[in-house]
Amino acid sequence: MSRRSRRDLPVAAAMLAPSLFLMIVFVFYPLGRTIWFGHMRCDAQGRRCRDVGWDQYIRVFRSREFQNALGNTFRLALLTVPLGLALGIGLAVLADKHLRGIGVFRTIFSSTVATSVAVASLVWFVLLQPQVGVLPDMLSKWFPVLKQPGLLNDPNTALPAVALSSIWAGLGFTFIVMTAALQSIPRELYESAYVDGAGSWRRFTNVTLPMLSPTILFVTVVMTTRAFQAYAEIDLLTQGGPNPQRPTETIPYLIYGQSSFIRNDIGLKSASAVLLFLILLVLAFAQFRALEKRVHYGN
Amino acid sequence: MAIDVVRGPRKVGRYVLLVVLAVVVLGPIYAVLMQALKTGTDAINHPESLLPINLTLSTIKKAWRIGDFGQLLVNSIVMSVAVTIGVVVTSLLAAFAFAFLEFPGKKFFFALFLATMLVPAEVTVVVNQRTIDILGWKNSYQGLIIPLLATGLGTFLVRQVFLTIPKELREAASLDGVGHLRFLWDVAAPLSRPTLGALGLLTFLGTWNQYLWPQAIIDDREHRTVQIGLKSLTSADLNNLNLVTAGTVIAALPIFIMLVLFQRQLVRGLTAGAVKG
Repeated sequence: MSRRSRRDLPVAAAMLAPSLFLMIVFVFYPLGRTIWFGHMRCDAQGRRCRDVGWDQYIRVFRSREFQNALGNTFRLALLTVPLGLALGIGLAVLADKHLRGIGVFRTIFSSTVATSVAVASLVWFVLLQPQVGVLPDMLSKWFPVLKQPGLLNDPNTALPAVALSSIWAGLGFTFIVMTAALQSIPRELYESAYVDGAGSWRRFTNVTLPMLSPTILFVTVVMTTRAFQAYAEIDLLTQGGPNPQRPTETIPYLIYGQSSFIRNDIGLKSASAVLLFLILLVLAFAQFRALEKRVHYGN
Repeated sequence: MAIDVVRGPRKVGRYVLLVVLAVVVLGPIYAVLMQALKTGTDAINHPESLLPINLTLSTIKKAWRIGDFGQLLVNSIVMSVAVTIGVVVTSLLAAFAFAFLEFPGKKFFFALFLATMLVPAEVTVVVNQRTIDILGWKNSYQGLIIPLLATGLGTFLVRQVFLTIPKELREAASLDGVGHLRFLWDVAAPLSRPTLGALGLLTFLGTWNQYLWPQAIIDDREHRTVQIGLKSLTSADLNNLNLVTAGTVIAALPIFIMLVLFQRQLVRGLTAGAVKG
């Protein structure tokens, strides 16, 4: 050990101790303990456990309930990511011009960033309420499902309705990030494309989109991860229902939902949580790759 | 610049498109706001009447009382402020050690900090809920706050800024007998103010919006936060649906005001991971 590092050690230890202690207690210990619980069947508190073997992970993965939740979560991602991305890019490109009053529009398009998932969900809960909601009242002539039985109560439309709320809630974030990315595109690229006779559509496909691609990749991963963490919107809008199909039960809702059938078994909850962890891990690595790529483009 | 300027009919067309989209984005907020500002009977009998007439604060007042929003807001503010201050402090300390000090295992510990970003709450709440139970912290502020205090992201962001501070500055300061904590407080922290502002704002918003964690450890009225308090409103019957809208407005308002005040920090924070510069 060098003299420098011997001298610094006590100070460094003191400075790292608070974070390190909390991380061990509330991140690493629970992760290890969850993996351990994954081969047990227990009660809700994790007492009276019995060993049922590590293949419980496989049994849980193959179970009808987990497969349903996994499929729903994928569907939610497929509904929210492409649409949310396209809207965010479209709005950002539209508002990226020198027009009088454009600042007002930028503020409006950013505004949903101020709504929490819970607030956004309640906004749509009220708007879609079948008997007295505004949207069923205005549109049920063309879309009777809005009143009978209501978008959130029909097994075919419940998940798209949840996605609608998520897309709207996420629009502010996508818009802000895309606007910042657009502003970092060098103007000379547009000028030379213009001089070469490229129209505005050609400039969009040949300059804007390629220059945005690292940001698009980044936002795609962030939005996909969000879909895989969807809990509050499910809890407030559908509680995983309508029953018995449970078309809106995401993996987090399967684990933590109050109407979930595994809520009283910490073993099954743990096994599901570890499987969710593995999926999110893959997504996180995709995110790192996306960020790396961004640096290459940037330079 | 020529290609940025839009003229003539295309300009009109673009404005029309912008206005239509603005209405679509703001429409839901507007509709909810109008319903919240009407009496129960008005909102039920004419849900389509979105015109700003016969406005009243009586529904908001009623929702405030029934939803116990005074208590909910206090709890959310206590939790969010405490977590924000705590995260900024732990991040400053840990980032300082990683940026300015030499110690064995530095790389390993830094990797460990980064690794926490790979373990989301959705995975750890199963066991953390049990830990809080064992500690006797159910229905308490410390249960809401302490588990959220250490973040790898905060340490990482602050360390990135600290690394841009010239080593000579630190050396000169230590020749003058300036200690570590003094240097951190008087030089390093002020130099990283923009990042600390963005980190603080993002932490505040993230904590304010927490849903899963408060729901997992709080089941009394005294410690509920705004987000989970909203859920109890959804069980209201049809005649009281406008209480839900009023509660939603009350819950959204503080954050709207805050974001108007701190727009710059927000954009900086949100784009930190996405855009260079």
